[in-house]
Amino acid sequence: MNLWGLMLICGAMTFAIRYSFIAAEGHFRPPRWFRRLLPFVPVAALTALTVPELLLVQGTIDVGGGNPRFWAGLVAIVAAALWRNTLLTIGCGFLAFFLLQRA
Amino acid sequence: MTRQQAFSLGLRAVAPMLLGVAPFGVIYGVVALQSGIPPLAAMAMSSIVFAGSAQFLLAQLVGAGAPLLLSAGAVGLVNLRHALYSASVAPLLAKLPRRWKVLLAYLLTDEAYAAAIPHLLDPTLATTGEVRGHWILLGSGIGLWTGWQLSTLAGVLIGTQLPSDLGLDFALPLTFIAIVVPMIRSRALLASALVAGAVAVALAAMPYKAGLFVAALAGLALGPVLARRPA
Repeated sequence: MNLWGLMLICGAMTFAIRYSFIAAEGHFRPPRWFRRLLPFVPVAALTALTVPELLLVQGTIDVGGGNPRFWAGLVAIVAAALWRNTLLTIGCGFLAFFLLQRA
Repeated sequence: MTRQQAFSLGLRAVAPMLLGVAPFGVIYGVVALQSGIPPLAAMAMSSIVFAGSAQFLLAQLVGAGAPLLLSAGAVGLVNLRHALYSASVAPLLAKLPRRWKVLLAYLLTDEAYAAAIPHLLDPTLATTGEVRGHWILLGSGIGLWTGWQLSTLAGVLIGTQLPSDLGLDFALPLTFIAIVVPMIRSRALLASALVAGAVAVALAAMPYKAGLFVAALAGLALGPVLARRPA
């Protein structure tokens, strides 16, 4: 099996995962509890993706002064809660990040 | 909202993430070449597989000479969380023709989903009659796809000459924060976020990012239950 074969298998699998529920929609009736969980997907999945990026430095939790991503992330969370503006949130986060990196 | 407006809304929503995605794409290109993958195959992988962390992993596994089944299984595990995105957008895309569903599924990455989903769930969008949600998702999907292909190409062409520690990748978590925090509108959603975040940190050492999928499931399952309890 060559590299291209492996790539095609992985591509097909990735597509199948992404297509799964989109394709099944209308062909089966999901239980009600399933539908009730769906509104939680964006918040749960994207938070799971983000929090380790802020808290972990090489696999261990670091919330000290040596981890600017944690503190800049907190600044961004506060900014996002206050103003609900994407660019402002990113701007505040980056500003804090670069200031803390210099400190 | 016209098609063009919806498309450009998606494009603009994903734009800040390109700042964070571009360094990853460049590094992927470099890692792929170092693993002995020819430039053409390295580029092709970005459109055939089109999944950042899975491509990194695949490049490393190929470089290490890992067996095929293990490599394919690992890539499937890394991408498992995309099934959640699929479930999340499925009801919103239900009425589209199949070619649309196939195209949007192909483009359904973390970033494209994150950029589009607040708009897709926006009740004011649904009340405008003709729903243009799929054009928003197409805009964010094509925006990310283009950025990923170009940055991969840059990595393959210019290789290691790029300074990689500018911290630009931090744009990614920052944009996710900007998207998620305003979506937390209830105690149940807050609980869901806290559970998912805590489990993701606790399980970060699990291989092939399996912890991310488990964490998202835990947030889905426990968040609503925890919030129902009296404080």
